[in-house]
Amino acid sequence: MQMTRRDLFALAAGLAAAGLISLPADASTDAVEAAIKEFAGGMPETGGVDIGAPEIAENGNTVPIEVFADGAASIMILAAGNPNPGVGTFHFTEMSAESRASTRIRLAKTQDVVAVAKMADGSTKMARREVKVTIGGCGG
Amino acid sequence: MANIKPRVKVPKKAKAGEAIVIKTLISHPMESGQRKDSKTGKLIPRKIINKFVATYNGKEAFSMDLLPAIAANPYIEFSVKLSESGTMRFEWTDDDGSVYDIENKITVA
Repeated sequence: MQMTRRDLFALAAGLAAAGLISLPADASTDAVEAAIKEFAGGMPETGGVDIGAPEIAENGNTVPIEVFADGAASIMILAAGNPNPGVGTFHFTEMSAESRASTRIRLAKTQDVVAVAKMADGSTKMARREVKVTIGGCGG
Repeated sequence: MANIKPRVKVPKKAKAGEAIVIKTLISHPMESGQRKDSKTGKLIPRKIINKFVATYNGKEAFSMDLLPAIAANPYIEFSVKLSESGTMRFEWTDDDGSVYDIENKITVA
């Protein structure tokens, strides 16, 4: 990725600002559960979803995450310890080679990342994985 | 604000049915709406890209809903398998309604 000096300064300023403000309280377990139920229509069983994430993320502002669930039509990512648990949802199609996607997310602190997969047949699965965060991102 | 510039990494050629990896990146601050202005102490309003769609020959190949917890300069990687040559179009939709797009041709043999 190409970056101009200006971009770099803007980024540095952003990071500094992020470190200075206090973070709102993290999402309650209820909010996480509610988000899972809304997406999956119930509590899915654990297993069948892979979450690829670093064990320790030095910078919570950009944490690489990969999710995979064989046969999933969509996969939702939640960050259980952020002020708002929602992160994003991938939607796969019949053109997808496999139900795998990667992105970079913000994590406010050390917490569980949750992935919920909705299969083409309507069944649902989920997985959790802890990511330790050294410097919190201004997530939410 | 910095220029919003989408970038994609797409193979020019692919074999029919072969899995190819598509990498996309767009420069965007993804202002979460949770951050306070350090001078005024006021919350900076949310402004993020909330939707990403990749279509191939007009048909949806992959999409993603994005929330404020997606890092700045959103990076999205996914894979597709194609059966015919065509154009992959990528569209990112901003909270303010702007759409940023880019197109890439892929020759499938």
